[in-house]
Amino acid sequence: MLKIENLHAAVTDSEEEILKGIDLQVKPGEVHAIMGPNGSGKSTLANVLMGKSAYTVTQGDITVDGESIVEMMPDERAHLGMFLAMQYPSEVPGVRPWQFLKAAKDAIDDANGEKKMSVRQFSKLFDEKVEEIGINPDLIKRSLNEGFSGGEKKRNEMLQMHVLDPRIAIMDETDSGLDIDALQAVADGVNRMRSPERSFVIVTHYQRLLHYVRPDIVHVLVDGKIVETGDASLAERVEQNGYRDYLAAQRNGK
Amino acid sequence: MTLNVARIPRNTARHLTQYRDDWHHLAEHQEGYMSGFDAHHDLRRAAWEEFERIGFPVHRRDNELWKYTDLRQIDRIGFRFGDWDTQVDLARIAELVPMPEEWSNLVFINGSLEHNSGNAPLTRIQACDWVGKLADYRSNGFVSLATAFMRIRGGSYLQFDRAREYAEPVHIIHVIDGSVGGPIVDNPRIAVEMGDSSRATLIESYVSLSEDVHMTLPVVEIKLGEGAELTHYRYQYNSENSYHFATTRVLQEASSNYRSTSFSVGSDIGRNDVFTHLIGEYAESILHGVYLATNQQHQDNEISTTHAAPHCTSDQYYKGILSGQSRAVFSGKITVERGAQKTDANQKDLNLLLSHGAEVDTKPSLEIYADDVKCGHGATAGYVDEDTLFYLQSRGVDYDTAQAMLIRGFAAEILDEYEDQILREFLEGKLDELMPALQETSDTIGTA
Repeated sequence: MLKIENLHAAVTDSEEEILKGIDLQVKPGEVHAIMGPNGSGKSTLANVLMGKSAYTVTQGDITVDGESIVEMMPDERAHLGMFLAMQYPSEVPGVRPWQFLKAAKDAIDDANGEKKMSVRQFSKLFDEKVEEIGINPDLIKRSLNEGFSGGEKKRNEMLQMHVLDPRIAIMDETDSGLDIDALQAVADGVNRMRSPERSFVIVTHYQRLLHYVRPDIVHVLVDGKIVETGDASLAERVEQNGYRDYLAAQRNGK
Repeated sequence: MTLNVARIPRNTARHLTQYRDDWHHLAEHQEGYMSGFDAHHDLRRAAWEEFERIGFPVHRRDNELWKYTDLRQIDRIGFRFGDWDTQVDLARIAELVPMPEEWSNLVFINGSLEHNSGNAPLTRIQACDWVGKLADYRSNGFVSLATAFMRIRGGSYLQFDRAREYAEPVHIIHVIDGSVGGPIVDNPRIAVEMGDSSRATLIESYVSLSEDVHMTLPVVEIKLGEGAELTHYRYQYNSENSYHFATTRVLQEASSNYRSTSFSVGSDIGRNDVFTHLIGEYAESILHGVYLATNQQHQDNEISTTHAAPHCTSDQYYKGILSGQSRAVFSGKITVERGAQKTDANQKDLNLLLSHGAEVDTKPSLEIYADDVKCGHGATAGYVDEDTLFYLQSRGVDYDTAQAMLIRGFAAEILDEYEDQILREFLEGKLDELMPALQETSDTIGTA
């Protein structure tokens, strides 16, 4: 479903290359974990997949169901069923979570030739998900993410993911800065959404989240390249040994 | 301290002769205008003489109050004052401003009262013996001109009785129709007297019926007695080619509460000059507003509060949304006089720039002569945040929709303060209506 071929990407402003040839294939139902030390390009990969303009694809391709998405705007990617749970979700003053999510859902439905949900239908879905994810209903009345704690922001990302129901969910360091309760809530949220049609790309530094969400395939990203791919046991090995060996190999010029 | 009044050059009005002719003409044709029957005869004459002396504040040097607002183009136009025959078409006006039955709606067209529904405690300005006491005609040429041409049969004098709550908002609508001749000037005059412990809501609206060049010079004077509460909304949306110079002066006695929220859409040059004077203890003065400008428009906010008594609170909070080559000025002043201890004063001006050509000049000024006070101020101007746009877009909304959401969200903080639902929804709709114009001239951001 999602295929990344020889992907090179650079910072748009400085032209500094961050991703240096990534190949990756994510099939329906699979959960991929992308692990790597700080500065390896993990977050860049997540943002490039979603089309952030701060990065430019300089070489290679990203396809969804065989169609290249490199030239697509972020919203067009969302219409294809992609979703990025952000590491640092923006605070958006004056924009109510309900209204925003309704607009997003309508835009996605509209782009896919589906009927927009009525306000009543949507409210029902929204309220169900709020309860399921365990978000304080008072928060939802405020501006989007404004004054939310780190954990509340991440839960809110889960809420959006559940309501928008993507086919390809990318999670950028969703586990960072979370206490154990919030981590558990995020993990439950992901596990509940696992299905044979939906795939996940989980970007993470530590493997904390992977204790709760067991990946099918684990990749280790170092200096913009995938240096090792394995099954869930690779994540455990990384946890025990850290990234020392990979970084040493990189320094020695491999 | 600036005491350079004496240095203002003389006779800076290019079309002075024409203004003088209009003034004499009006004087001859309005009954009582110049005669002793009219209470404001002396005031008008003095104001006219002042205008003859000072003209418009067009000079560019040593002119701190008008530093960022160039008036030379206004001086080049010979505006006309007069009594214009106007056709009243309330249906057309109802398209421009909300006029719900729950409000008391007063419709003035080119200065004359053409419609009055409801129960506003209204008399003519002629009956007000303190008109001109708060808005000094010597302040600047606009106030002198507006005062010199003050109508006998125009204006609104609202007297709210003491200890009474007025549930029905009073909506004063000033419509200018420049198609009658021109370029014409309208000089609306409003005096509001809030009796002790009275409570009321006042809405001021300024709209244009035509696209031609015209100018509106409102002068509004408000007195709040002890414990009086006034909620004051202001809506200004004159046409693109027009000029709007509004002067509002508010005098607040002890424990009075004045809450003003304005929504101003750029005319060619617009200026909103507000001064609140807190002379009694525990008075509160809240001045909030949103201003929008696109293309070449210019929006100037001259916002000033003086704390002359202890334990008073004031809050100036303005938000600007600027696109195209527009320019805004925010000049916020807080003065805390000696003895005004325990003052709590805040000032904030935040601007959202939608284009690289837009510019804002923010000029905060605090003059504090008391030692036990709390004063805060802050000003920002920034472009729409690219990460935030990406965030919204990544959820499926397109670029324009995401940008519009952020613009709406930026204004929402002020618009949410409109307790009157009809008015709030009207202004939210107005902002949506203006969105294409703001976005068309926007060039700051792109996610591609």
